Amino acid sequence: MEFEPVIGLEVHAQLKTDTKIFCNCSTSFGAPPNTHTCPVCLGMPGMLPVLNKKVVEYTIKMALATNCKIEHKSRFARKNYFYPDLPKGYQISQYEFPIAQFGYIDIEVGDYSKRVGITRIHMEEDAGKLSHDPGRPISLVDFNRTGVPLMEIVSEPDIRSPEEAGNYLRQMRSIVRYLGICDGNMEEGSFRCDANVSIRAIGTEQFGTRAELKNLNSFKHVEKALHYEINRQKEIVFHGGKVVQETRLWDPVANSSKSMRGKEEAHDYRYFPDPDLLPLIIDENWIDAVRKTLPELPAEKKKRFITEYGLPSYDADVLTASLATANYFEDCLKIFPGSKTVSNWIMGSLMGLLNAEGKTIEQSPISSQNLAQLLRLIKEGVISGKIAKVIFEDMAKTERAPDKIVKEKGLVQVTDVSAIEKIILKVLADNAKEVDDYRNGKTKLLGFFVGQVMKNTKGKANPKIVNDVLKEKLGK
Amino acid sequence: MNLYELTIHEAHNLLKSREISSQELTKSVLDRVESVEPRVGSYITVAGETAMTQAELADKAIAKGNITHLTGIPLAIKDLICTKDLRTTCASKILENFVPPYDAFVIKKLKKAGAVIVGKVNMDEFAMGSSTEHSGIKLTNNPWDLSYIPGGSSGGSAAAVAADMCLGSLGSDTGGSIRQPASYCGVVGMKPTYGRVSRFGLVAFASSLDQIGPLTKNVTDCAVLMNAISGYDAGDSTSVPMDVPDYTTFLEKGLKGVKIGIPREYNALSGLDAEVSEAVKNAVKTIEGIGAECVEVSLPHSEYAVAAYYVIAPSEASSNLARYDGVKYGLRDKNKNDLIEMYKSTRSMGFGSEVKRRIIIGTYCLSAGYYDAYYRKASQVRTLITEDFKKAFKSCDVLLSPVAPTPAFKTGERTEDPLKMYLSDIFTLSANLAGIPGMSVPCGFSSQGLPIGLQIIGKHFNEEKMIKVAYNFEQATDFHNKKPVL
Repeated sequence: MEFEPVIGLEVHAQLKTDTKIFCNCSTSFGAPPNTHTCPVCLGMPGMLPVLNKKVVEYTIKMALATNCKIEHKSRFARKNYFYPDLPKGYQISQYEFPIAQFGYIDIEVGDYSKRVGITRIHMEEDAGKLSHDPGRPISLVDFNRTGVPLMEIVSEPDIRSPEEAGNYLRQMRSIVRYLGICDGNMEEGSFRCDANVSIRAIGTEQFGTRAELKNLNSFKHVEKALHYEINRQKEIVFHGGKVVQETRLWDPVANSSKSMRGKEEAHDYRYFPDPDLLPLIIDENWIDAVRKTLPELPAEKKKRFITEYGLPSYDADVLTASLATANYFEDCLKIFPGSKTVSNWIMGSLMGLLNAEGKTIEQSPISSQNLAQLLRLIKEGVISGKIAKVIFEDMAKTERAPDKIVKEKGLVQVTDVSAIEKIILKVLADNAKEVDDYRNGKTKLLGFFVGQVMKNTKGKANPKIVNDVLKEKLGK
Repeated sequence: MNLYELTIHEAHNLLKSREISSQELTKSVLDRVESVEPRVGSYITVAGETAMTQAELADKAIAKGNITHLTGIPLAIKDLICTKDLRTTCASKILENFVPPYDAFVIKKLKKAGAVIVGKVNMDEFAMGSSTEHSGIKLTNNPWDLSYIPGGSSGGSAAAVAADMCLGSLGSDTGGSIRQPASYCGVVGMKPTYGRVSRFGLVAFASSLDQIGPLTKNVTDCAVLMNAISGYDAGDSTSVPMDVPDYTTFLEKGLKGVKIGIPREYNALSGLDAEVSEAVKNAVKTIEGIGAECVEVSLPHSEYAVAAYYVIAPSEASSNLARYDGVKYGLRDKNKNDLIEMYKSTRSMGFGSEVKRRIIIGTYCLSAGYYDAYYRKASQVRTLITEDFKKAFKSCDVLLSPVAPTPAFKTGERTEDPLKMYLSDIFTLSANLAGIPGMSVPCGFSSQGLPIGLQIIGKHFNEEKMIKVAYNFEQATDFHNKKPVL
């Protein structure tokens, strides 16, 4: 029997608002413990939450970008459980009535594309952070993260492979980054993912028993953990066993997962509507106002790059993966309209440089303007492609404009035919034996002469002219 | 006359005309507290020193001509309302040493108005109870007969006002916690419309039902305090951004054109004391005599109010009280090294039996598999009760009823029977479920000399109409002039 995996993903995206979801404390990361706190986010007696409108606005953006139906009336609910990182003894979340439902996004996997349904999107507050003192039997709690806004996006169980899951996540991350509502950084935890996985015989409708996977904190680990989990479940079924419903924790070091809690130990969160917060009413005007602020989204942009600039799908994919890269590309085109050349330079030299230096494109030492100018210098014949590489390296180090470097280093290409002729005649005179060999049929030696001419001109001679003149002189 | 016997309004006039100073007034109240507190037991914390400092500041302000209706007026605050740098215990062992670093919104308003805070008064632990016997700190006695309870949960407030240990007090009302003790102690108490007064800084019992309100010696003072504490607060999402009328302008004679509704179902209730019934009937006659018109109305779902209330209130409480876990503030059993053991031990030691009972009831009602049968059903009943009132108010302006089925009961009489205790809120808790305002004014005495209260229930944000009816009734009677002998 052939089995197929059935996967649903829950994404938690930390929203990039300046202040927390229910108080005015800063959300910035890395402050000393418990300095971004106040009586409200510390859950002190008598304190009340007040909803940050920005959180709602950001979530509406996401809902629109993922084709969701935005509910005109939604509610916050309390999720009750005891834990020291949860100061109120409950997390304010949404439960029965989420802000948005029934959406979808389209993803591409290899040569096919597919639609993945979005069950719901809701808002909630993050919890604090515990650290355990290895030397003493105590734990410390930092409430700086308590109340930082989170958006949870729950997919339908439409995903059928770890690769699809990976691409779904990449697409989601790209959307939140385009919208400017989340950093999308999995390693730092601003973009987290849990997966629900089951398997079933191909052709059957019914879902198998699912396991929930937690602690998937990089794209690589999501795919690895899913492969592991699918194989684990297949093994169980092949050996006549039954998959049990449980929550499993992925161990990225051991490359395996272990059971965290079974169905019986599952929490009863005793959800109920939070009486401290009124139902959230969102009218059409609000939605329209937010809609007007939506940028072009990655999928649309990719399509446009293919049709408008004639780029291959692969190039369009790479260039639209982040808004900054797409903008860089289009900024270059304003100065140098050769789309494929620009694409090649960005995907090749520039990304190579950024990867090597561990920088993002926003931090690039070479501005889009400078790169475009460099390409123009090549096109106009001022410099050769080979010299361009040298200038590129200089630009990376000094952040200077290419024309300045060309000028300062005297790298302007020699296009004066008589000057080149002079040098060529000298080279031919100095290498009489090779000239004879060439004329006796060893035409491969042309490269040698070109090299000699270039050496004499420090690479600045126009290669086409060099070739033409050499052939002419040697032909005699 | 002793200064402590003054009403807020009387004292204000004397302060304004500089016949007395706030320091004299405050000293008089503090002396009174010292002399009767051992018998009444209202105060958990007396803030004598800061009160005198505040009085001194008030006198300075008055000397400069800066006077509000509350400048220099000594008030007592229920110990559930947070006061900056002044211990706020909620009458619970779990917060026995809790000193808030913030003021509740209403306290900020009182301080800004120049009021003097004498101290924090007793209550049932976390406001859960109807007799103040569930205080984890001390027992409060009814000033009219010390062997009787003062009512609850704002029993300390009501007793303090009745015994002249303050000029007025703030309490909170979740199911009758202002009105019932006001009735038992013969003072005026008002639970405003839900959303009229900010709950910011009021330690939550049941968030959708809690509301802060005044307990005063007469209706005029009630209007004065309502003016001071009402109004929108951006810090409480459930407070309503609506203009607040000057309630004192409704202290005017005449009830012509006012329609009084008498709920048919309330008369049929079993357990209604004959003397209470008689006193309320007489009150209705008096009000009719002033010119109001009486109509009978129906509140058909009244009989389900107690059941719905005792699902919703404990459910919310079970969640609201989860934060008292020993991790951040308040009591903590330091002998336990295991987290779960620390939770269990801290909460076992810190909470009293009634609070535990309600946490357990609430946890049960919200649990998977029971939520629909209890919490959801109770919420539906709540909607029906609200609809009942809306319909009834189509034919009248205010409703009249008893506040409680009986006068105050003896200390210890009902502690073993929680159900009987819960039924003492039967007339009051519907107003909380519907979010409408309710008020208690003295309307008689039992043969044993215990006060009886008349309840006036109004429409949403229509406190002024209740104040008008209450004021006219007060002017036509002299129950409010009688004082307990201590």
